[in-house]
Amino acid sequence: MSRRLTIGPFNRVEGDLEVTLDIADGRVVSAQVCSSLYRGFEQLLVGKHPFDALVIVPRICGICSLSQSAAAAAALADATGLQMPENGRLASQLILACENLADHLTHFYLFFMPDFARPAYGGHAWHAQAERRFKAEVGEALRDVLPARADWLRLVGYLAGKWPHSLALQPGGTTRAITATEKVRLLTVLREFRAFLSGSVFGDALENVSALRTADELFAWAQGRPADFPRFLEIAGDLGLERIGRASDTFLSYGAYAQHDHAGQQGNGHRHLFARGVWCSGPQAFDEALISEDVAHAWLFGEQPLHPRRGETRPLLAGFADQPDAYTWCKAPRYGARVAETGALARQMVAGQPLLRALVAANGGSVLARVVARLLEIALVVPAMEGWVRALTPGQPFCNQWQLPDQASAVGLVEAARGALGHWLRVERGKIASYQIIAPTTWNFSPRDATGAPGALEQALVGLPVGDGESVPLAVQHVVRSFDPCMVCTVH
Amino acid sequence: MKILWLPAAGCGGCTQSLLGAESRAGVLAQLADAGLHLLLHPGLSEASGDESLALLRAARDGSLSFDILCVEGALLRGPNGSGRFQLLSGSGRPVIDWVRDLAARARYVIAIGSCTAFGGIISSGENLTDACGLQFDGDQEGGLLGPGFRAAAGLPVINVAGCPVHPGWVVDTLLALALGAFGESDLDTWQRPRSYTEQLVHHGCPRNEYYEFKASAQKLSDLGCLMENMGCKGTQANADCNLRPWNGVGSCVRGGFACISCTEPGFEEPGHPFMETPKVAGIPTGLPIDMPKAWFVALAALSKSATPRRVRENSRSDHPLILPGIRKSGPK
Repeated sequence: MSRRLTIGPFNRVEGDLEVTLDIADGRVVSAQVCSSLYRGFEQLLVGKHPFDALVIVPRICGICSLSQSAAAAAALADATGLQMPENGRLASQLILACENLADHLTHFYLFFMPDFARPAYGGHAWHAQAERRFKAEVGEALRDVLPARADWLRLVGYLAGKWPHSLALQPGGTTRAITATEKVRLLTVLREFRAFLSGSVFGDALENVSALRTADELFAWAQGRPADFPRFLEIAGDLGLERIGRASDTFLSYGAYAQHDHAGQQGNGHRHLFARGVWCSGPQAFDEALISEDVAHAWLFGEQPLHPRRGETRPLLAGFADQPDAYTWCKAPRYGARVAETGALARQMVAGQPLLRALVAANGGSVLARVVARLLEIALVVPAMEGWVRALTPGQPFCNQWQLPDQASAVGLVEAARGALGHWLRVERGKIASYQIIAPTTWNFSPRDATGAPGALEQALVGLPVGDGESVPLAVQHVVRSFDPCMVCTVH
Repeated sequence: MKILWLPAAGCGGCTQSLLGAESRAGVLAQLADAGLHLLLHPGLSEASGDESLALLRAARDGSLSFDILCVEGALLRGPNGSGRFQLLSGSGRPVIDWVRDLAARARYVIAIGSCTAFGGIISSGENLTDACGLQFDGDQEGGLLGPGFRAAAGLPVINVAGCPVHPGWVVDTLLALALGAFGESDLDTWQRPRSYTEQLVHHGCPRNEYYEFKASAQKLSDLGCLMENMGCKGTQANADCNLRPWNGVGSCVRGGFACISCTEPGFEEPGHPFMETPKVAGIPTGLPIDMPKAWFVALAALSKSATPRRVRENSRSDHPLILPGIRKSGPK
């Protein structure tokens, strides 16, 4: 028996999403992912003053707002060859890390975990606890998590004025110099967040969490531990979440949190806390020239795949019925000709994190691996942030001054919470002549390309079980949310 | 009261901001304790897919009653009036059609953020998507629902404008509605709650001494007043951003960058680069609200000539170079 099932509005993701499944004999045989909102940011940027991008691009997305700022600032810095002073680099990273970790937390508690509290899981031993703790909107964890998240965002309050939609991230550094007293307060915010994580989230010290190296160690560590990440692991073990959600297993990361390299300022004088690269059965160097975007299945005009430096965005305005192959506003980015996955899992695969490499070696990319990667990243980044705050030097500059050339072609590549985010900018006669954006979920929720190769999520959904009467299949919910999609970034 | 929260063409940032509200048990508990129940919120509700659609259809048909419709995001009428740039997922129907139907059933309609109120950031440039607000198209009355629209309880659309909104603006408005303590006289000219637009961003600005002496920032990260050179509209913008901090401790000007007057219709097209102050003959064209130009020019000249060295030097630095003096004689 075969049928077609359309799921939408797909809630508890950021933005508009519709997923269509072809189901035969109780399994998904084919999936189409539709980004159903088009707003035209790339078009409205053309003709603006290049600085204005710093006002406009954060407003693409209210949950990746600072990541969009950081990518624009990086592109503008690339256009000038500008370097940041050390304080500016540290403050920029603290700001971006604060958003990334807040997003990981939001995803886990508000978007992902509530599905396990659904009545359909009523027969499982863990259900009563999951319902009490994680039920959407009312779970007891939220009374703890939302205040902790609000306190955490004070970091951005100090360093960037507000969240979302700040102008503090600039090509030359940040607009807000931190005083010696504020440095003490930033450490207090970090200490309180660490205490919340060690208590409610992990039930252990962050360093003990990030030291776990194998699936066996992870599950043994979680056994009976009264905290939310171990509770998830109990559920994941019972439901076999390591066996669902495999995509292309090609992982892309632009590299997160540039570290100062004292060896020299020339050329690529920075390395990253989490390395830049590609993982496909092994490490590969990243080559920006291999990126292209294809519009064969989008409601967009265009002939062949284009590198974003030459990219264009021309939406269909009429005649949708004459484009039967098109089913989304989303372009299909490809690396070489390959479908790549990006996000915390990709970042940690490329960075060589032992536990994630072990999980992927055993089962490929999965719901389990993606969620573990996010939580593990929280445990890894907070200690790094503590070091960055300590390294701030009040009294020294936070922002270098600069002049934008009248002509430039530049790129800004950063890691948002959800993965690789790139801005490609061309300036002519002092105005923006072209602005192309490839967001993390553009990669993950890409449609098919001209060769018919499905995007990462489209691959990950194939084979999932769907019961005869099911209109909201739970495995599909878990797999979709495991990518932590941001649809407002996907099509901007 | 039951709230139906519908996303339109926004960035989700107003919900993200709202979730950061400072409240002992979090904003969701705060709303629930005040008797405000979220019937459906796309970012937060358990329901997904058919479960959500069934709920929305019941609300549209009148079989499920609700009190407050919160819309978050601009309303896309394009291309060619079709609404095709945003179909409600799973329904095949333009979001603007859903909004029209649901607004007709609601007792109160709230526009969450400047996109929903006026069109906002994506209505800038050529406005390719034909974006507008619920009851305004930029600063023109009309919008999606038309100038004569009144929700069932008698009020026009309540525009909680801001890009994004401060969480307190939404919470205060919802809690006042729950108390039955919100009427038409609580709205300003742009139908925004007066509770936060009776103040100027200038009120409580931590750079006030620099403003008084026209000691202006010359470059990014300087401590000085941001009005003369850096594009700041805080003396013209209606909002309480510096009386009620953002994220506990911040605001735009506290963060070192200009107020862009994001609570105001048309903020997205200022007619000049956002981070530069437009001037004619060296005088900023956007003067403090309620202040005649001649007075401002005279005051600026006087205060510049009287600027203490400490204020002048510090205004051009990212940290204080000269500290305020300390009186040795005790208070007089």
